[in-house]
Amino acid sequence: MTTRTANPVSGPFVATRNACKLCTPLGACLAFAGVEGARTILHGSQGCATYIRRYMISHFKEPVDIASSNFSESATIFGGRDNLQDGLANVTRQYQPAVIGIATTCLAETIGEDVGMYLHEIRSQASPDGPALPPVVHVGTPSYCGTHAEGYLATVHALVSQLAEDGSQRDHINVFPNMFSPADLRYLKEIGADFGLPVTLLPDYSDTLDGPTWEEYQLIPQGGTPLAAVRRTGQARSSIEFTWVHGEKASAGQWLEEHFGVRNHRLPVPIGLRASDALFDVLGSICDRETPARHAAERGRLIDSLIDGHKYLFERRAVVFGEEDLVAGIVGLLGELGVHPVLCASGGDTGRLRSAIARLVPDQADRIQVRQATDFADLEELAGDLKPDILIGNSKGYWLSRRLKAPLVRIGFPIHDRVGGARLLHVGYRGAQQLADRIVNTLLESLQEQSDEGYSYL
Amino acid sequence: MISVLEQRAAQIHQDGRSPFAMDCEKHSVAGSVSQRACVFCGSRVVLYPVADALHLIHGPVGCAAYTWDIRGALSSGPQLHRMSFSTDLGEKDVIYGGEPKLYQALVQLIDHYRPKAAFVYSTCIVGVIGDDVGAICRRVEAEKGLPVLPVHSEGFKGTKKDGYQSACAALFQLVGTGATDDISPLSLNILGDFNIAGETWLIRNYYERMGIQVVATITGDGRVDDIRRAHGAALNVVQCSGSMTHLARMMEDKYGIPSFRVSYFGLEDMSRALYEVADHFGDGQVRQRAAELVRDEVAAILPDLRRYKKMLRGKRAAIYTGGAFKAFSLVRSLRTLGMKTVLAGSQTGNREDYRLLRELCDEDTILVDDTNPLELAKFVQEKEVDLLIGGVKERPIAYKLGIGFCDHNHERKIGLAGFEGLRQFAREVHSTVMSPVWRLVPRRRRQQPARAANDVSTASLRPSCAGECSACDLPDCSIPAGQEILP
Ligand code: SF4
Ligand code: SF4
Repeated sequence: MTTRTANPVSGPFVATRNACKLCTPLGACLAFAGVEGARTILHGSQGCATYIRRYMISHFKEPVDIASSNFSESATIFGGRDNLQDGLANVTRQYQPAVIGIATTCLAETIGEDVGMYLHEIRSQASPDGPALPPVVHVGTPSYCGTHAEGYLATVHALVSQLAEDGSQRDHINVFPNMFSPADLRYLKEIGADFGLPVTLLPDYSDTLDGPTWEEYQLIPQGGTPLAAVRRTGQARSSIEFTWVHGEKASAGQWLEEHFGVRNHRLPVPIGLRASDALFDVLGSICDRETPARHAAERGRLIDSLIDGHKYLFERRAVVFGEEDLVAGIVGLLGELGVHPVLCASGGDTGRLRSAIARLVPDQADRIQVRQATDFADLEELAGDLKPDILIGNSKGYWLSRRLKAPLVRIGFPIHDRVGGARLLHVGYRGAQQLADRIVNTLLESLQEQSDEGYSYL
Repeated sequence: MISVLEQRAAQIHQDGRSPFAMDCEKHSVAGSVSQRACVFCGSRVVLYPVADALHLIHGPVGCAAYTWDIRGALSSGPQLHRMSFSTDLGEKDVIYGGEPKLYQALVQLIDHYRPKAAFVYSTCIVGVIGDDVGAICRRVEAEKGLPVLPVHSEGFKGTKKDGYQSACAALFQLVGTGATDDISPLSLNILGDFNIAGETWLIRNYYERMGIQVVATITGDGRVDDIRRAHGAALNVVQCSGSMTHLARMMEDKYGIPSFRVSYFGLEDMSRALYEVADHFGDGQVRQRAAELVRDEVAAILPDLRRYKKMLRGKRAAIYTGGAFKAFSLVRSLRTLGMKTVLAGSQTGNREDYRLLRELCDEDTILVDDTNPLELAKFVQEKEVDLLIGGVKERPIAYKLGIGFCDHNHERKIGLAGFEGLRQFAREVHSTVMSPVWRLVPRRRRQQPARAANDVSTASLRPSCAGECSACDLPDCSIPAGQEILP
């Protein structure tokens, strides 16, 4: 889709062309959507909330209501305190939420809104006959620092650091997922249950963003991590979180370890066999149990299936793009399949993608090109010469795939051009199985298509 | 229970007997989940289809990322409009100003992509960090020798409508800068059609078949050079009430080009548009050709319309559109299909629009301005609708409640304008309303017995032409008697 003309300028483009990232508040909205009874207000002007809603609706195909404090010109000049107050009151009245999440947009951050102070004032001045405000969690999400991935983690961090309570240790563990699909979240809960471990998954949008049809319209979709459970994250036996690229500042697990002594296990996103092993090992060590039989069997089937497909995968060339953690996870899986990830790219800019990849596939790292803070137009220019056999990433890679004539395996977020994005499984043995099957079958399909004679068996 | 916010009550009209006084054109209520976007969104939709221009969005990345290739506006040539360019301001730019980055980005992109013009959209934070976007545009324009037009679209400075105005202001700077020598006196500009799924091509073809030259299509399949000479056309035909009237007015003031508004959706509105254009030129031949065109096109779709109507008769629809003018056409089109509109609303309608809508609809039709998902859900449930027509943001409301949905927004891939478009519209409506999936949905299963008892009888539909306009044999055609559809 790129219109290219002669006379290209040298040097990297100053502008971002077809961004391979989204803005910070989107991540916040996703995380807040996984708290039971929560409603989100974006503090800033209307457009951001509407755009983010539409973006999420197109992926999840579920209602996503995000309110805005709806700045006008005067709010921008004199501050948005009144807007926030009205917004809180109106959201409380209409939705009766159990908790309200506030994330700031660039505009509010730029004019220096102090949401914490506003909240304090609003609470202390609240009239006794007005509707009682539920607990409010706020997070600063200026988009000019970070991407949606940072916004997501910062919000989980904010939920924990503003709500968690100390207390005597209980049996449960905390699991802080990364930007996983609802199907991934359901599966993580299943794994926890099979280990006999009570799990607090935060956030948990497995029902709120992938639910059944309704008899009556629901003010807030059912499901999500209950507020009480968020509070109890401070009393867990340990936490597990999945990120190798984001720093400690964004880490909810780290915060709980520092403040309440809850032991934190920092794992890579559990995509692929070894990364899944790491998760199962940690779960096993926490409750001193072997991997439950059913999951051991799934692991066995996974290895067996990788053998079935290995020849079609070996040394095939892949381009992987998306959030840094996701890309790193996929590279781990590809390393196990024998696929060569020729280019790994993200619009994110933590500076840690390369080191994460080097930890996951040490013997391959020096022949993988890694690009951070990149965009789809750059990717297109880079990837053309690399002659990839397959692309792995979200559906915004469609144009890349069309131009390079290389098939795209759709994973992650967003999936805007297919149904079922919410039901794609990525994590654990079962996720690895499904991804591996999809990757090998996509390659087989393109081989079949390229064949002059055609064939109907392997 | 879903309740309506106090501050919003005046923007809803529920009772046909109470006097009509509806509030609209207001800033959205804080904390209400408005379906509207922002000023920038208004500008972006209007200018987006100009295919050989560079569209650079000055601000942080989100505003550009969310508007990358999301609209179905097609181009017959260059595809530059489908790229999403952002200055992607970082923390340093926000502190020290984004002007250097804007300048460099512009120069580099212009050198690389060689556009015919550049539009530079200001988003919210540009409005507060104080970049002089106009000055940078002038500088690059002088250096690079092409129009570089600032679009003042800071999201917080008004509503989507203000964004339309900024877009028109930018377009108006182009108009009047091109040569007009080979333009026929029988000529027009198509304003306010965005070539969704090729609709502009269809409409252009109608006018050309009538013997009228189309000078510029603004902005569907738009080209900078065409827009530059648009002032040479004899007439501006404006669809999409909200967005383009401003440009037409400016062109009338400066170049004396008359204009009127039309709609290309539905049998009646489409035919009326062609006849009005023909009448405007007062040319017998043009009029004759228009009549032939309408006859042929209507004849081609009638059998299908009849078939659909048989199946859809009496079904109930809710409409929520961006502009109100489209809602009028939809009410009529649904009536052509034997359906009843029980809820109608728009994001940006004005008082006059709602008064007309009130007249057009039935007495008990609920009207809403700048509604939110909860209100929509509430009314859609109360009115037991079979179909919701809207955009992507409204779709899950319908689906969650087990109700059919038809996308009538700019994302769609199916042309709904023109005569052929009505056939496609009927097919779209039919394929969702009649789907067997609704029989599986809990709400519907419970509702069915009740509905059977008090189903809308066709008698409650507006009086039909009852065959008075002899030429048309569409059963229960809703075209008012005397309105000439067929010659
Ligand atoms: S930042 Fe402003 S211009 Fe951009 S989407 Fe938000 S409201 Fe619109
Ligand atoms: S202004 Fe910031 S928060 Fe709003 S859409 Fe743009 S990048 Fe996102």
